[in-house]
Amino acid sequence: MSNESVIKTEALTYVYGEGTPFYRVALHDVSLSIKQGSVTGVIGHTGSGKSTLVQHFNKLLRPNSGKIYVSGKDIWEKSEENGKICFKVGLVFQYPEYQLFEESVEADIAYGPKNMGLSDSEIALRVRKSMKLVGLSEQYLGQSPFELSGGQKRRVAIAGIMAMEPDVLVLDEPAAGLDPRGRSEIFGGILRYREETGKTVVIVSHSMEDMASYCDEVIVMNRGEVYLSGGTRDVFSHAKELSEVHLDVPQITSLMGKLADIGYDVPRNVLTVEEAADILTKILGGGKAC
Amino acid sequence: MSNIPFIQIENLNFSYEDESRKLAVLKNLSLTIEKGSFVAILGHNGSGKSTLAKLLNLMLLPDSGRILIDGVDITDENLDEDSLYEIRRRIGMVFQNPDNQLVATVVEEDIAFGPENLGVEPKEIRRRVDAAMEMLGISEYADHSPAKLSGGQKQRVAIAGVIAMMPECIVFDEATAMLDPKGRSEVMDAITMLNREKGITVIHITHNMEEAVLADRVVVIHDGQIVKDGTPRQVFSNVEELVSRELDVPQVTKLFHLLRQRGISVAKDVLTEEEAVKALLDLHPKK
Repeated sequence: MSNESVIKTEALTYVYGEGTPFYRVALHDVSLSIKQGSVTGVIGHTGSGKSTLVQHFNKLLRPNSGKIYVSGKDIWEKSEENGKICFKVGLVFQYPEYQLFEESVEADIAYGPKNMGLSDSEIALRVRKSMKLVGLSEQYLGQSPFELSGGQKRRVAIAGIMAMEPDVLVLDEPAAGLDPRGRSEIFGGILRYREETGKTVVIVSHSMEDMASYCDEVIVMNRGEVYLSGGTRDVFSHAKELSEVHLDVPQITSLMGKLADIGYDVPRNVLTVEEAADILTKILGGGKAC
Repeated sequence: MSNIPFIQIENLNFSYEDESRKLAVLKNLSLTIEKGSFVAILGHNGSGKSTLAKLLNLMLLPDSGRILIDGVDITDENLDEDSLYEIRRRIGMVFQNPDNQLVATVVEEDIAFGPENLGVEPKEIRRRVDAAMEMLGISEYADHSPAKLSGGQKQRVAIAGVIAMMPECIVFDEATAMLDPKGRSEVMDAITMLNREKGITVIHITHNMEEAVLADRVVVIHDGQIVKDGTPRQVFSNVEELVSRELDVPQVTKLFHLLRQRGISVAKDVLTEEEAVKALLDLHPKK
């Protein structure tokens, strides 16, 4: 992760249904930046503007005012490069498995790279590479995606976007509805994508546990504005502020906060169970109460 | 909670089949659920838990075995259509995606959809719809479009639609999976209220262990069979076994498990933050 930003917004404002009874300001004056090579989480309750925000990153929505820069370029400025913004910022929607449509896993994953005009050999290479990233073996290449389990279908859909090797991979609730193993397989694949390509990942999620475990940075949206942002540890140490906007912190963070409240000498920004166990083991001294 | 069995499942087998293969999903599964109980069903994706839910109100038919609802064998081949509709009225279902189960363009009309189809008197429908909205705290949205509501509000509309059919049991099939933390707690509050205050039998299928802790009983399904059945405290005290079933435990339970592994003698059946704080205070009173 570097300090350079790959996505930057300036005073972004977006309004739904202007001039109709459904008028609603979805984003108001949002200025933020996402660091190159980071895994950045976007959290906020339903209607806070987080999905609207990420849909601006690849021109699916046009802001009413404000600017969006991807790799330093204003994406709404006319240029040939900007026509291909969807190759640079790849968006994986919620429940992407419903968007699978090809006859085979291979054809489905190849759809994006094909549209980019890549050569057949390059496409074949990328399909295999992204299947490996999401942990699908090549035995599935010829299989119909509709015969796979829910978690496998989801991984095919994500691999389809990864195969375009976007500079920024944006995923909206990538693990929703999956069991614990399915979740860790999905996040494993996402982290490997960042690891092996050095590209940036943006994850929208309601799961604070997942955000705490996997993200470097977190942006908290509330009522269309950035409410909090910063390093994951820092953001989750603000349990009180988060609960004010109907969000919570992971149970383990909350537990450590309560222990700190009653006078234990423990930090309030603990993110994982393992970390908490290390801290408490020291205090409890391996079973001997002091 | 009483000891009267409401649902009795006996040696149930079910498989999905296509031209090329047969996939056994439920294998000789037996389970009795008491009237008024709150049962959480856990299991990894593909374990058979949603299939079980769909068998309970005959959205699917078993290959063999019986399901008795209040003593009536619903898997009897001679079951007439009226009895089938009656079973579906008595056992309501709420699914994961609220957008797939709301049909009308106005909240109160959506809630009236079920009783209308049952041929309930208009006056009675009005009464039931109002009562259901009141119960779920959505009266203020009566004339709103469901499309404009939040996920938690939509799910409560879906629950109100089930309640208007006056069911005795409601099956929630991952009904909180798509919701944000606030929506989740709204729906869990509603589920707990329906069980504790209205005596409705609740079957809650979930991947969320903190929700399962709220139930009286946790049933773990693995590979089409029941592998664990007990109170949340009994079931969650065996962290290793659950993890081997590709399941999780609440974070505090996992923390205490790790502390025990490191030789610190703490209880293995800690389920909530409050219990954890108390256990740690007992062990290490602050100075």
